[in-house]
Amino acid sequence: MSEIERHSFDVVVIGAGGAGLRAAIEARMQGKRVAIVCKSLFGKAHTVMAEGGIAAAMGNVNSHDNWQVHFRDTMRGGKFLNSWRMAELHAKEAPTRVWELETYGALFDRTPDGKISQRNFGGHEYPRLAHVGDRSGLELIRTLQQKIVSLQQEDYRETGDYEAKIQIFAEVTITRLLTTDGRAAGAFGYFRETGNFVSFEAPAVILATGGIGKTFKVTSGSWEYTGDGHALAMRAGATTLNMEFIQFHPTGMVWPPSVKGILVTESVRGDGGVLTNSEGTRFMFNYIPDVFKDKYATTPEEADRWYTDPDNNRRPPELLPRDEVARAINTEVKAGRGTPHGGVYLDVSSRLPADVIKKKLPSMWHQFKELADVDITKEAMEVGPTCHYVMGGVEVDPDSQETLLPGLFAAGEVSGGLHGSNRLGGNSLSDLLVFGRRAGLGAAEYVEALPTRPAVTDAMLTEAEAEALAPFSNVGDENPYTIHADLQNTMNDLVGIIRTESEMVDALARLQDFKVRVKNSGVKGGRAFNPGWHLALDLKNMLLVAEAVAKASLDRQESRGGHTRDDYPKMSDEWRKLNIVCRYDGEGAVIEHQPMQPMRPDLLELFDVEELKKYLTAEELPTHDAGSDH
Amino acid sequence: MGYTAKFKVWRGDDTGGGIEDFNVDVNEGEVVLDIIHRLQATQAPDLAVRWNCKAGKCGSCSAEVNGKPRLMCMTRMSTFTEDETITITPMRTFPVIRDLVTDVSYNYEKARMVPAFAPPADLAPGDYRMAQIDVERSQEFRKCIECFMCNNVCHAVRDHEENKTTFSGPRFLMRIAELDMHPLDTVDRREVAVEDHGVGYCNITKCCTEVCPEHIKITDNAIIPLKERIADKKYDPIFSIASLFKRNKQGRQAAPDTPHATK
Repeated sequence: MSEIERHSFDVVVIGAGGAGLRAAIEARMQGKRVAIVCKSLFGKAHTVMAEGGIAAAMGNVNSHDNWQVHFRDTMRGGKFLNSWRMAELHAKEAPTRVWELETYGALFDRTPDGKISQRNFGGHEYPRLAHVGDRSGLELIRTLQQKIVSLQQEDYRETGDYEAKIQIFAEVTITRLLTTDGRAAGAFGYFRETGNFVSFEAPAVILATGGIGKTFKVTSGSWEYTGDGHALAMRAGATTLNMEFIQFHPTGMVWPPSVKGILVTESVRGDGGVLTNSEGTRFMFNYIPDVFKDKYATTPEEADRWYTDPDNNRRPPELLPRDEVARAINTEVKAGRGTPHGGVYLDVSSRLPADVIKKKLPSMWHQFKELADVDITKEAMEVGPTCHYVMGGVEVDPDSQETLLPGLFAAGEVSGGLHGSNRLGGNSLSDLLVFGRRAGLGAAEYVEALPTRPAVTDAMLTEAEAEALAPFSNVGDENPYTIHADLQNTMNDLVGIIRTESEMVDALARLQDFKVRVKNSGVKGGRAFNPGWHLALDLKNMLLVAEAVAKASLDRQESRGGHTRDDYPKMSDEWRKLNIVCRYDGEGAVIEHQPMQPMRPDLLELFDVEELKKYLTAEELPTHDAGSDH
Repeated sequence: MGYTAKFKVWRGDDTGGGIEDFNVDVNEGEVVLDIIHRLQATQAPDLAVRWNCKAGKCGSCSAEVNGKPRLMCMTRMSTFTEDETITITPMRTFPVIRDLVTDVSYNYEKARMVPAFAPPADLAPGDYRMAQIDVERSQEFRKCIECFMCNNVCHAVRDHEENKTTFSGPRFLMRIAELDMHPLDTVDRREVAVEDHGVGYCNITKCCTEVCPEHIKITDNAIIPLKERIADKKYDPIFSIASLFKRNKQGRQAAPDTPHATK
């Protein structure tokens, strides 16, 4: 065993996006010593790219809003496959979490009476997203980062050491979770800069590693999105849930090729932008599904009136949940009504004055101007679906965020349950805050109650080290970059937005082939900042995650939210009652079915029975008549 | 459409290094970072580069392109002619780790020295009221993506390593100005700006503003107003006498009929 830098903490947080930082803040406020470990520089995590805002029923813009309405919207958006307990906690706690950010120094856009302004977004009944222009994620991450600095300043005043309670390990990749007697015991990884190994020994580990976007070719995700947390959790004995549900955001850039997939915020539509095909038709009116028929406008006139008079008009269909819009765009392009670069048009130039566009959508204006030479105040954007978010994730207890492995917690995109089969825009940033905090609290309480710290032995570290160094001793001449590109194409083409059995069977066969090829991919160069080595290790995670996605997708014989089957186009009440759970069996991912918990009666009562009939089986229906206030 | 470009990329580490030549394919619509990635995938698998979002939002891929600090993800290849040789070097102000990756820990140390936001103690979460027009000044500075190109280009540290202990660079002078202009902040950072962050080293050449990818008017809107407020405090005789009695903003804010929306 070479020299391994060994650290000891109460709680180790893996990932420094919104969920990780909020978890770290909470664990520290509970008096715990916390390490934050992240792959990028501190403050660069994927949260920074979130544009639209944080969904929280504060009722600042429309006073009818409250947690019950937000809960209903979230369940509808997820087509009732959500963990209803998480959806309840999320809707109830989100406003407090947003107000808390103001005490950390966040500066949201304001209403005329000085409160936090809230904007419209797909699937949300009322204006609900706290935002800062279209750079809300940057504001969130910077605010949390600065709160951590302020806590470190407090610790410095008390102890003379900034890092007495919170220490940040940037540009460190975790390659394995350490476990002792079926409990979390820490994490092992390497400094990207030097290639030297490091272990973080701690009774509680919080995964906040985000998503899996880099498994797909066209994605809005950054390089960090290699499914590390999902794979680490599965290898350590925890489970993932409903990995087949992947959100393809309807509007990613489609041109030029090098930026294909980069996100175009939903705010463009929330602020009045419309989708048209090559024939100039505003096509979304043709794609309003039955379950949403009474909530969306059927004519452009009514839709346009809604922006100024939302109480007396129904919403424009451009603001349907993301899965509906993405499928509609896909269908239009396939029918030959797409743009020259294979997308559809998203136009805000004919809808708002140029100065308003620049004020409300500054980074979109900037992004199109700089990357595509398109002035969105003068011409339409070309957009198409892009892999954006995984609704599935590590299975957790809804209240504490603890996984099936005691001492291992997960929060944010890496965890599963809250969003069901489809996430509403804006519910991600609120998810990070609500469940990041709960994970930090859950971890602190777990550590508190633990009689003895789990031991980490030299043998465990030696084994972890050998695993991380394996790519250097591979002798084949496979190039990890090529395998990655092949994997991305496979997932995009065969397990993408529209799925069918034969293609997924094909994908699974190819995934087996990739596993062999990874073992034959040798790494050149040394250990210091070597991206080839990094990718070889990340690939292992992506392959396990891809397998989980493909197997779960093949298994679920229905279409719901972010899982669309050509061969099973309908939603099925029976499938809704099932979670597809994934474990690692030493070779790969294996799946099993788990019945969903029936919804608590007081939450069921928030819906009309007529609406519930669209989702639930006859025996699940409650006996109450109506009762909701909408 | 496609062509082969001539690239010169600095390779090496803290012990030394030099420029290496590459011929590499370029396709329509690509940016410099795409070309660096192509080099990794085809010719130099261990070429070290930092990047993340590839959309100009995270500020990770700062480097010097033909001697000018740029985000590589936002530098389009179409801004160069096809026969031009493009030279990529790491940011000069910060120590090299490897190839295009530099040690930017200086910035994080300086960030930690800026006294944090401190709202009025009696103001409950949810009760914050601020006018849009009042938050806009600080919002401009909060657009900062921390690419650190302003600190890289600032000659007070770029050409004077010895100033790094006493000068925090435009990024953190702007952070002080941002907190100073926050409608609900209660801390006076003017002395800290002079003593700990060396605001006096800035002689307003505006190099920082020129390189800012977010087009923030760092000098005009942040540093100059900060300097002015410090000058007010130091040289205004009436203010000096008054300050003997009321030393900080907290005193002024505590007046019972002063709304929180003003500072």
